[in-house]
Amino acid sequence: MSCSRRTLLKNAVKGCVAASLPVSAFKFLSPAEARAAVGDPAVRWGFLVDTTKCVGCGMCVKACKKENEVPYDAAVTRTWVERYVITRDNKSHVDSPMGARDGFTDQKIDKLEIAPEDIAKAFFVPKLCNQCENPACVQVCPVGATYKTRDGVVLIDRKWCIGCGYCIMACPYGVRFFHPKYKVAEKCNFCYHRITKGMDSACVHACPFGARKIGDLKDENDPVTQVIMNERVAVLKDEYGTKPQVFYIGLDHNVR
Amino acid sequence: MIEHAETIVHGAEWTIKHGFVYPNEFIYWGITIVMYPYMTGLVAGAFVLSSLYHVFGQKDLKDMAKFSLVFSLALLPVAMMPLMMHLQQPLRGIEVLFTPHFTSAIAAFGIVFTTYAIIVLSEIWFVYRKYFVEQSIALKGAVNTGDQVKRVIYNILTLGAYDISEKAVAKDHKAVTLLAAIGIPVACFLHGYAGFIFGSVKANALWMSPLMPVIFIMSAVVSGIALCMLTYIIIMEWKKFKAILAKGRGNETVTVIAGVEMDVMKKASKYLLGFLVAAITLELLDIIFRGYTAMKSWDILREVMFTEDFTKIFILQYGLGNLVPFILLLLPKLTIRRLFVSLALILFGVFMMRWNVVVGGQAFSLSFDGFMHYDLPLIPHNLETYREGLFGALTVAATPFVIFWVINKIVPSLKEV
Amino acid sequence: MKNHVLRPLWVAIAFVALIFLARYFLVPSDFGVQGESFTYNYHRKSNVQEWKDFQVKYLGSDVCVVECHSENGESLMASPHAIIECENCHGPGVDHPETEEPAAMSVDTSRLLCIRCHADLNYPGTARAAIPGINPDEHNVDSECVECHNPHNPDLEEM
Ligand code: HEC
Ligand code: HEC
Ligand code: HEC
Repeated sequence: MSCSRRTLLKNAVKGCVAASLPVSAFKFLSPAEARAAVGDPAVRWGFLVDTTKCVGCGMCVKACKKENEVPYDAAVTRTWVERYVITRDNKSHVDSPMGARDGFTDQKIDKLEIAPEDIAKAFFVPKLCNQCENPACVQVCPVGATYKTRDGVVLIDRKWCIGCGYCIMACPYGVRFFHPKYKVAEKCNFCYHRITKGMDSACVHACPFGARKIGDLKDENDPVTQVIMNERVAVLKDEYGTKPQVFYIGLDHNVR
Repeated sequence: MIEHAETIVHGAEWTIKHGFVYPNEFIYWGITIVMYPYMTGLVAGAFVLSSLYHVFGQKDLKDMAKFSLVFSLALLPVAMMPLMMHLQQPLRGIEVLFTPHFTSAIAAFGIVFTTYAIIVLSEIWFVYRKYFVEQSIALKGAVNTGDQVKRVIYNILTLGAYDISEKAVAKDHKAVTLLAAIGIPVACFLHGYAGFIFGSVKANALWMSPLMPVIFIMSAVVSGIALCMLTYIIIMEWKKFKAILAKGRGNETVTVIAGVEMDVMKKASKYLLGFLVAAITLELLDIIFRGYTAMKSWDILREVMFTEDFTKIFILQYGLGNLVPFILLLLPKLTIRRLFVSLALILFGVFMMRWNVVVGGQAFSLSFDGFMHYDLPLIPHNLETYREGLFGALTVAATPFVIFWVINKIVPSLKEV
Repeated sequence: MKNHVLRPLWVAIAFVALIFLARYFLVPSDFGVQGESFTYNYHRKSNVQEWKDFQVKYLGSDVCVVECHSENGESLMASPHAIIECENCHGPGVDHPETEEPAAMSVDTSRLLCIRCHADLNYPGTARAAIPGINPDEHNVDSECVECHNPHNPDLEEM
């Protein structure tokens, strides 16, 4: 009797396994199919920030928050601008109140008044997701809810993210946070909905001074690619091996 | 009101920033994530303790073995609990098993954890199968509903294997030994993995260390053994207390219980000391190495360790949690009371170690230019502050005892079977 | 009753089978390795399209000027403020052109809008210093900037 029960069980098991194994998970799509659906591999989005042009008005942050529906009064933001004031005694003073959503309108940094004659140099550094070639955040996602598209942008699947926060921990740049409304991980995606329609990212569009530019790194004639190729540019925290794709002009060793 | 709810940022409620901290940085991993490796550690430790008897035939641990095995079962669901509580989307937690992304330590953890659960359950099944069958037979023809339900449960638990001939039972024993043997590496792997979850985060200067998994295993075993011993003492004291009530002080039963208790405990504490030394050595090695190589992050790490978190690390963890119990255990003429204090301190020390790793790793900003202070929510005023606060942690800490109480009704681990 | 030792194994297998079965029904069929790397490309394919379909909110000055506000456009384009997008000061356009609902746009007359760029921070040699600056705590404190300056044509000569 137990024998027949076991055979039954075995068959049931076989059935289940057979039914579920061919499922999707490790299915590879035909190249054309994949290309159409997951971004154009002929494009690689890259970003260029010219810190020497930034005046710290924060229009980019404002535009980003509104374009991407990040609650305006929440402290979190997809992009932000940092202010660096290096004094003559070689101390660096850094701040980014509300991510510079309202710009920098006060000379005080963290309630500290710095006399103009003590300032050795001062500059602004906009930050955003680096859309790394080797994104540490994607590597650590336990469920495949964040991934890199073929055109190089890292996206987050709001319907699949479990909200463990591992990606937030893994990002060396601190660009990720939990979306206060959707309760899933959130970050800059170069305004994927805009760039795939031929528009500029909202922050690029909003910047009156041309401090932010987005381009296709696979297109040699793209002005952004031209600058990255021909001029001296740097990336943030390259020691982590993430290969960031946001390039900076005028970076300083004080930049965090 | 809705507007307001949308501006509440996860983490902002218990994070106090000073210096320059990136706008999106908060203490995202709070006390639930402290509890998670702590609980996982207790599971692994309890299992290793029981295996010492089953595999290596440490006869002196026989009494502890059965108990710690069942206790590790009770701890098992609790290891998952803080993780689930921590998720922003708890209902989606099962996705870890559906679409595991194996390059993530958490994904593989789901599989290892499931494997481990299966091993523990199977082992318990083999240990208690004879008992299930006996109960099922004893309850045959029971009239009241309670007993009938019990019988059904036992019948199911036998999985239809009613053969308790000597040959069959011998097979059970063999299976137990085998499972316990497989279980040790899996338990260590399980906990090493918890360490790997932290150790592999290259963005975090404090966590990133290849020693992390090993440190986690060692302190896991320490805390697991300590908890089993502690619970064992409490149970034996309770038995003794009942014996005193029933038969009066100085009765033979009482002295027998006390004798057995002391005997088991002395032996178990030797293993405990061994693992404790290993754990501390590794942790100190880690710190010394960081100080000597003095990478870019050392400045801020030093600041965190020697100023911000000095009390938590050197006084509470190493001092009170390691050194004091170490001395207490080594002093001659060990008494149950002193043992009890040392064990409680060791458990506390391991908890502080988890705290200092998890919270300490977020005490400094990724900018290396600012600090974040974790202000543990004490009195919950919404779901968030319950889940991520003191009461959530207390719930997690209390659950294994409740589960153990329930399991013990069906699978008695304290009686001679 | 040949070998009862394997019983727990069957239970375990049944359990795993159950997970696979649940997976079959609950995991979207387009989930998988869509690119070349399991490490970086494991995801639900349709999510890419979901992101592409996200609503665009900032339409650009061209839309504002060409379609309706040529007057403001012309004056702005001829002024030192030509570099500033209309929507930077008026908020995202979204459906405003379709609905022609003036209320959908914001007219921010607050001093905060202007001092984003014009508060003098005294950082010599920077791009910020190149913008004419005022001290917000001293420059006509009691009034909105637009009471005296035309935001669309702030030229001091034409005040
Ligand atoms: C520097 C910020 C700024 C920019 C750039 C700007 N505006 Fe304005 N705009 C204002 C302010 C401030 C007012 C309100 C003036 C007032 O109340 O006196 C205003 C008023 C208006 C009004 C009148 C609204 C009303 O209710 O009277 C229109 C229409 C308008 N702007 C269109 C535009 C267009 C089109 C552009 C782009 C070509 C543009 N603005 C660019 C700041 C700006
Ligand atoms: C995004 C930054 C920005 C904002 C916001 C802005 N301005 Fe300007 N403003 C500029 C720039 C750039 C110039 C031109 C500087 C130049 O080229 O000389 C300018 C020029 C001016 C001038 C002319 C100064 C001169 O010497 O001719 C005035 C006045 C002025 N702005 C007032 C305003 C007022 C009022 C507002 C608020 C409604 C405002 N600005 C908002 C950037 C800004
Ligand atoms: C009561 C009218 C009035 C108000 C209100 C006012 N301004 Fe002015 N502003 C003037 C006049 C007049 C001048 C030109 C004379 C001068 O340089 O003081 C001027 C000059 C300026 C300049 C040019 C400074 C330079 O050195 O070239 C800027 C920039 C400016 N204002 C910005 C603002 C901003 C920003 C606000 C709001 C915070 C504002 N103003 C509010 C009247 C006003």
